[in-house]
Amino acid sequence: MSSIAEITIIAVIVSIACALPGVFLVLRGTTMVSDAITHTVLLGIVLAFFITRDLNSPLLMVGATLIGVATVWVIEALQRTKLMSNDAAIGVVFPLFFSLAILLITRYTGDVHLDTDSVLMGELVFAPFDRMTLFGIDVGPRALFSMLIILLINVVFISLFYKELKVTTFDAAFAAAIGISPVVIYYGLMTLVSLTAVGAYDSVGSILVVGFMVGPGLTAYLLTYELKKMLGSAVIFAALNSIIGVQAAFAFDTSIAGMIAVLNGLICLTVFIISPKKGLIKNWMLKQKRKEAFDQKLKDTTKR
Amino acid sequence: MAEEEVITIRQLTVAYDANPVLWNITAAFKKGKITAIIGPNGAGKSTLIKSMLEFVKPATGQVKYSIDKQTKEYKKVKNKIAYVPQNSSVDWDFPATVLDVVLMGRYGHLGWLKRPKKSDRDIAEEMLKKVDMESFRHRQISQLSGGQRQRVFLARALAQQADVYLLDEPLAGVDMKTERIIMNLLKELTKRGKTVIVVHHDLQSVRDYFDEVLFINQEVVAAGSVKEVFTQENITATYQQDHNLGEGASS
Repeated sequence: MSSIAEITIIAVIVSIACALPGVFLVLRGTTMVSDAITHTVLLGIVLAFFITRDLNSPLLMVGATLIGVATVWVIEALQRTKLMSNDAAIGVVFPLFFSLAILLITRYTGDVHLDTDSVLMGELVFAPFDRMTLFGIDVGPRALFSMLIILLINVVFISLFYKELKVTTFDAAFAAAIGISPVVIYYGLMTLVSLTAVGAYDSVGSILVVGFMVGPGLTAYLLTYELKKMLGSAVIFAALNSIIGVQAAFAFDTSIAGMIAVLNGLICLTVFIISPKKGLIKNWMLKQKRKEAFDQKLKDTTKR
Repeated sequence: MAEEEVITIRQLTVAYDANPVLWNITAAFKKGKITAIIGPNGAGKSTLIKSMLEFVKPATGQVKYSIDKQTKEYKKVKNKIAYVPQNSSVDWDFPATVLDVVLMGRYGHLGWLKRPKKSDRDIAEEMLKKVDMESFRHRQISQLSGGQRQRVFLARALAQQADVYLLDEPLAGVDMKTERIIMNLLKELTKRGKTVIVVHHDLQSVRDYFDEVLFINQEVVAAGSVKEVFTQENITATYQQDHNLGEGASS
């Protein structure tokens, strides 16, 4: 397979894997918590690397996921004191953990591939060079397999707990009353977000992951009125944006992850403006109509 | 025959950060009756409902349910209790249809991981008909009026097919038609031996709608049948102290 085809497939898989939990982040209004997670997982990766000294160890995933969940917990704990808003708690925890990771990388790991550039921006273009071999046979790029596994985990979690995710997101008090714990589901979802962030950071870097998570979900939110359709449309947008993004990045000779993220943002804004359901223009037209009706009524009343 | 007490609350005290919200509440709710919980803002009405659902941990005291002869705590009987939260507590822009929301009433019976079946769908449809919302089944919930939303919430509670119904201000901001539909359905539930408890704010309609009344303002002021207890004296006693305007910190 050509490397551009391989890159496209990896990009599509990363995008879909990010978009699925992203739908629930958008609905819960916790997109900024996920922004924090996608950065702080780096600390977990660095710490696990110090223990294993192996960049390909699965322990890196475990460490990163743990730190991701810890991030959520610390933010919640700070917020629970009621001395700090959720927004401020994120603003404190995220840079602290992230900068610690950056310090550790620049100070102690200068001689390995764990350099800040690839961590921040990702290196999708190099993904095909890191091969996976099974019994001596080359079966494809390593990133493809790690992301496929993460995508599979996301799909399984969301289909198994679909009803629970739905009810805890819509009405947490009711969910708790019928014995479906919103806390358990929330931490489950955040574990998923952490795991996805670690997997994706290799390909797209920690800065852009949040765009991959939020963009397709928000685009779908603006177009649909049903959760299943929202999930479906998010997947379609994620795939389309990555396919077009890879082509465009090669055409303009620029960052692939950056191009996909730009597309995610642009498509989302376009839909925000023109969506026939919840778009800006539609909203403006409705307002105008109401205003006309109001003016007419006012005129009729004053005439009498 | 003595009237059966389905819910008993004994010496319940609830505090948020050592600020008491409920103080030494002892009360009981009778089977087949509809009871209004009445009190000023900050009296702890919602907190009382929430402690009955074990959302908040009391400092002391307990809530017990005697639904099928045995006395149990909430967790053991949660599928027999339906809860209608305040209308404003959820995100009405959530991508769900009216039928989706009513179907959630079946989730407690299904338990973790199981999907709703055809029979659950049939129950949801039936309850939608009862609240006169069947023609809205595929409507997105953001497009409903306040009254219609409240009827959807009631349909969800009915779909739980419970023995006890706890409703937190179900008539707040609803139209007359909705108020009539809700109160008729609740009356019908009590006729079938169900127990209904409603946090209520409109003193005018208490005599028409309720059998029993519980006046609270942090503590129990008065409790009993509307005929005996719903007096001007008790109303004045309940409303004379507003804890939201009192000195010091609020939670």
